[in-house]
Amino acid sequence: MLLRHTTSEVKEREGLTINPAKTCQPIGAMYAALGIHGCLPHSHGSQGCCAYHRSTLTRHYKEPVMAATSSFTEGASVFGGQANLLAAIDTIFSVYDPDIIAVHSTCLSETIGDDLQQITKKALDDGKIPEGKHIIYAATPSFVGSHVTGYANMVAGMAQQFAVSTGEKKDQVNLVAGWMEPSDMRELKRISKEMGAKVVLFPDTSDVLDAPQTGKHEFYPKGGVTVPELRSTGDSKCSLALGCISAEPAAVALDKKCGVPFETLDMPIGISATDRFVMALSKAAGVKVPDEITAERGRLLDVMTDMEQYFHGRKVALFGDPDQLIPLTEFLLDLGMQPKHIVSGTPGARFAKRMKEILQRAPGANFKNGLNADMFLLHQWIKNEPVDLLIGNTYGKYIARDEDIPFVRYGFPILDRIGHSYFPSVGYTGGLRLAEKILGVLMDRQDMKAKEEKFELVM
Amino acid sequence: MEQIGILEGREKQIFEKKEGAAAFDISCEKTSLSGSVSQRACVFCGSRVVLYPVADALHLVHGPIGCAAYTWDIRGSVSSGPELHRLSFSTDLQEMDVIYGGEKKLYLSLIELIEKFSPKAAFIYSTCIIGLIGDDIDAVCRKVQQETGIPVLPVHSEGFKGTKKDGYKAACTALMKLVGTGPIEDISPYSINILGEFNLAGEAWIIRKYYEEMGIEVVSTMTGDGRVGAVRRAHGAKLNVVQCSGSMTSLAKDMEEKYGIPYIRVSYFGIEDMAAALYDVAKHFPDRPEIMEKAREIVSREVKTLYPELQKFKQALSGKKAAIYVGGAFKTFSLIKALRSVGMSVVLAGSQTGNKDDYLALKEMCDEGTVIVDDSNPVELSKFILEKEADLLIGGVKERPIAFKLGVAFCDHNHERKIPLAGFEGMYNFILEVYQSVLSPVWQFAPRKGGSL
Repeated sequence: MLLRHTTSEVKEREGLTINPAKTCQPIGAMYAALGIHGCLPHSHGSQGCCAYHRSTLTRHYKEPVMAATSSFTEGASVFGGQANLLAAIDTIFSVYDPDIIAVHSTCLSETIGDDLQQITKKALDDGKIPEGKHIIYAATPSFVGSHVTGYANMVAGMAQQFAVSTGEKKDQVNLVAGWMEPSDMRELKRISKEMGAKVVLFPDTSDVLDAPQTGKHEFYPKGGVTVPELRSTGDSKCSLALGCISAEPAAVALDKKCGVPFETLDMPIGISATDRFVMALSKAAGVKVPDEITAERGRLLDVMTDMEQYFHGRKVALFGDPDQLIPLTEFLLDLGMQPKHIVSGTPGARFAKRMKEILQRAPGANFKNGLNADMFLLHQWIKNEPVDLLIGNTYGKYIARDEDIPFVRYGFPILDRIGHSYFPSVGYTGGLRLAEKILGVLMDRQDMKAKEEKFELVM
Repeated sequence: MEQIGILEGREKQIFEKKEGAAAFDISCEKTSLSGSVSQRACVFCGSRVVLYPVADALHLVHGPIGCAAYTWDIRGSVSSGPELHRLSFSTDLQEMDVIYGGEKKLYLSLIELIEKFSPKAAFIYSTCIIGLIGDDIDAVCRKVQQETGIPVLPVHSEGFKGTKKDGYKAACTALMKLVGTGPIEDISPYSINILGEFNLAGEAWIIRKYYEEMGIEVVSTMTGDGRVGAVRRAHGAKLNVVQCSGSMTSLAKDMEEKYGIPYIRVSYFGIEDMAAALYDVAKHFPDRPEIMEKAREIVSREVKTLYPELQKFKQALSGKKAAIYVGGAFKTFSLIKALRSVGMSVVLAGSQTGNKDDYLALKEMCDEGTVIVDDSNPVELSKFILEKEADLLIGGVKERPIAFKLGVAFCDHNHERKIPLAGFEGMYNFILEVYQSVLSPVWQFAPRKGGSL
């Protein structure tokens, strides 16, 4: 019992976090920046930050993850990190030759007071950015928000700093991707294409973090949203922000800078949220929902109905990030399951409010986000009221093992399984995959635990 | 990418051993160039990996959440008992704490945790911003130590204050405060501490078993399967046996100075080095020849079983080329010898933190044409792996996917090893893993080996 120390008595804690259900902003910024073609993320801070983020992303994707660091030393902490960043920019363009450097800050550079806007401007003024190359930035202090905040800030940064309004509107819709997997981004592009909707999806980590084996180590893989595409977002008809926490800030930035109107949607996970997405995209792009998409929906619905008895009334504990938890909880309710305990380390009243709305259908459910909403608390809740299923990232495996609960890995990071980068969980097809995964662990368990006379061949 | 060469300013951190090469003067122990895609980590990382395996201590990371989140149970250091070290504790500093200071939060967190988990000691890691916001963690630690009666040890591991090596040193400083505080009356005159062995996949257990079989008492292992009580008694041992010299030599030196305990450097990887690690300890106790006899007996017994097993792999592996890029240079020596024993050659050898002496020794040991690198990066590694036509890369988490993308076999000789690679049985496991990866049928499909549609 690895977590044998967990007590069932829940006490208020003073600030202390035990087994976090979040991590810090910069890793989100790094992940988002990898979704721009030819971009080298740059961590403005100590060397360790960059190493940890790269290691974590590598463990999650089993892919090489390239990023540079300002390599702060004691001197930088006294005199400021400007010299380090300027030197880094020179090194990066002369050696790694990216099209774009996307700089994010860290707790260290933020505490020192480095102003990325000012330093990147100085780099431009001093002619350190070669012709046709770019530098963007996002402030991502680790002591505010979570990794999700960092993602949102970098995505907002790319919209804010690249988008241009030429005055000529384009017949296209911006899809601002909330934090999702490369497989999800690929799926959203497929759905859009199927519907005949012209979209610019950003960021886009497909073909970056799910790159094929080619015998070469591609420093800049072929995927990623391009600079011309990002520029053009300022001329789009409108934006659909997929996720109120991780995607909306970019849509707001586009509205402010270029007057592109936006609508914020839940990430299209599960049947209801995907319905809303498909309708919104159809309206925004002025296209009809094609039969093929309707058929996809029908297939998901067919599985939901065929298997409803296995979902019904099963209690679920889940943890993770806001934009996944909101529609996932809704989907579980649509399946007839009972979300019981939900935690997320990511703070925010908006998130809490949206969850409350959805959880009206789940009386008695526990929900907490922000400070102290950690895996320790989730475990305590589970001890007090056991569940049939646990859904969350790899860190859930400790609880699943100790409490003997079927476990579906979902979210970030997943350090011990593959699949998330290849098989989407968004859209109707993604809903099918989630349903299959949930059924898989529930029914495997039933098979393993059933008494001999109750052991069934046909289920 | 082919045109990308070597980072400007890094030429002196790379050396190719060949005739007519300039005099060997590798430049190392430097901080990485700003803007490089370095494979290195920070001071905090150094401290965290060294202290992490002390299983009955509380490890509280004081700072914003990231540092605790990224180091939550990432090192497969196995414990035979308590597993408090596998949990993640953080003060999770917020903006207000950065403005007003985090001391109160630290104090309250410590009191709460010590009450809840009754650890035998507490290590408090300071992260980058702690010094900057003016938290006096020494004072908080003193206060909590007084109130709770357990050792509460600050670890000064601010990420930017040096390299990973400085983190090792900060960890040793914290350990040194524990050493000398436990009873040593009943410790045998034939006793050692095993330093720099972290019990990955249970390796310390293998090593400990050999020494105990020789009639030697192992007072403490630092820090694999570590216990606070054992560390407190470590000054009662007669000899310190140091592996992973980069991380623990400073502790051995401090103990020599303060308690007069001599130390020797060993490696547990490969037959030669493993045997030497037993003989060298036995030599230290000449008044009891049985120890040496027993050491010989163990070596001959183990080699007798191991040797024929290795021969089975030798034919398949002979002539294959390996590239090595690991944390410490000392490990590289052992790996070169181990690979040679099955007929493999090493075409690239490097480390993140080697010093000048290490690299000199490495140069002596390497074949002609071998490239030696300090603090390398993915571009260089890819370049040399392809140029030198390596069949295998030995490295850590960030190197693995690079090898696989290139279509080259890989063996993790770092935190993510899943099977013990130390000791005689570890040598078998190591060669088996190398064999399985190098000869895996999947490479036939890799474009590099001619596989294509």
